[in-house]
Amino acid sequence: MAKRIEASNVSSYYGSFKAIDSISMTVEPKTITALIGPSGCGKSTFLRSINRMHEVLPNARIEGRLTIDDQNIYDSDVDVTAVRRMIGMVFQRPNPFPTMSIYENVVAGLKLNGVKKKSLLDDAAEKSLKSANLWDEVKDRLARPGAGLSGGQQQRLCIARTIAVQPQVVLMDEPCSALDPISTLAIEDLMFKLKDQFTIIIVTHNMQQAARVSDKTGFFSIEKTGDPGRLIEYDDTQKIFSNPAEKKTEDYITGRFG
Amino acid sequence: METGFRALSTAAGAMVLVIIVAIAIFLISKAVPALQANTENFLSYKAWFPNDAEPKFGIAALAFGTVLTSIIALIVAVPIALGIALFLSHYAPKRLANPLGFIIDLLAAVPSVVFGLWGRDVFRVPVQDFSVWLNKYFSWLPIFGGDGPFGRSILLGSLVLAIMVLPIVTSLSREVFQQTPLMNEEAALALGATKWEMIRTAVVPYGKPGVIAAIMLGLGRALGETIALALTLGIVFNISFNLIESGGNSIAANIANTFGEANATGRGALIASGLVLFAITLVVNMAARAIIYRRREFRDSAA
Repeated sequence: MAKRIEASNVSSYYGSFKAIDSISMTVEPKTITALIGPSGCGKSTFLRSINRMHEVLPNARIEGRLTIDDQNIYDSDVDVTAVRRMIGMVFQRPNPFPTMSIYENVVAGLKLNGVKKKSLLDDAAEKSLKSANLWDEVKDRLARPGAGLSGGQQQRLCIARTIAVQPQVVLMDEPCSALDPISTLAIEDLMFKLKDQFTIIIVTHNMQQAARVSDKTGFFSIEKTGDPGRLIEYDDTQKIFSNPAEKKTEDYITGRFG
Repeated sequence: METGFRALSTAAGAMVLVIIVAIAIFLISKAVPALQANTENFLSYKAWFPNDAEPKFGIAALAFGTVLTSIIALIVAVPIALGIALFLSHYAPKRLANPLGFIIDLLAAVPSVVFGLWGRDVFRVPVQDFSVWLNKYFSWLPIFGGDGPFGRSILLGSLVLAIMVLPIVTSLSREVFQQTPLMNEEAALALGATKWEMIRTAVVPYGKPGVIAAIMLGLGRALGETIALALTLGIVFNISFNLIESGGNSIAANIANTFGEANATGRGALIASGLVLFAITLVVNMAARAIIYRRREFRDSAA
């Protein structure tokens, strides 16, 4: 289920603007990797380049290699929709489809993949909602609008929707930044549980969160506005937060900059 | 100051009601004597002789023609309009989409009499040729049957109507499609949707109530359209599904064509026909609202 991600010298551009410069990192299967750093340092750009979502913006392009179990996802013969099915994504703000019920939201991805059989969809919906720790709260109102749930429930619904298509990797782009502390804890608990099946990469502004949930942490930074983001340090989370090798990392995690 | 403004706005609000009631009273008071003088059944009789000594008139053929031309116009216009709207909102590059959208809005600004004259004098010729072709190969379908002459027909009127309805439906739908939240589009793409699948999953369902409203506005324009149909329909009082033979008439076109030589009873009869048109439009609008209302729960929670 889970796969290794290997980035080598990945640079990303929007038009002539270089957003990230030459990022190299390896993410092991069934681990949680946190990407931290000040705003505008390119961590979200890097995350979105892993499932090629950055291409949604016009004039975006990338240099370097990004492989998932030795398959370069930027090879010309790779189907971008297949990449995105393999690498799911949870966004900053909960984004359930507003016209769909809870149930329809969870199975939306499966329906896109051509699954039509009711029993298969029902099973997948129950399984995904249980995995997302949401089943007990919504099992009696699956036909109600997904957008009617609370923010934290919506975000877990989005996670259920993402894992319903059985991806190998789950990318999370600040998934808790719009949530209250209790909902945030619920999502963090969920991440520990999902780690058994998926490779997870999370972008977060919350350093305590990075320290709590992740196995490895990557610190991104920029010299000044307009410069491309760089990966300053990438190591075990414990090392980053106790004894970082780089002065910049230390300044950031102790709150002296950023 | 406070009470003065309150009184002013209340009066303005009440004025709307007063005007509507006054119009209704006027119309009904004119229509009732004519309906009483009618020697035929107003709802089922298919001809219009209200100026005779023994007035005979009925709305059946006119109402039928009104609804038929409007429905055909929508059947032709809506798929094209939605295609253009989606192209402009999600496929065309911005440099192309903005001028193209502007041109379509311009189409909505053309006065209907211009469409009518163009339809009668220019567009009639290709439609006539097309009708002959349809009749040659598809005359086994009753709607394309008959022996001619082909020309000022339901088809011509409906196609001109379709062109007039197209810009309304297009520009409103385009606006609705553009309002789809980017985060919903991204959610669909991140699930591995192709662009078309993303549009089907995120854009179209989100825009559906707005598109229905746009179609109903278009239908409202088609039902009430007067001069363009008066110039392009065959002005024949009958109920026939034959689209290409010379024929067709509508309530509004009939009012325009016959008001000039109508006597008191004739005018009353035309006002009665106007009330029927009003009733049809009202029913259509209420149906549209009911459709939009049914999914209200989903729309409101999305905000």
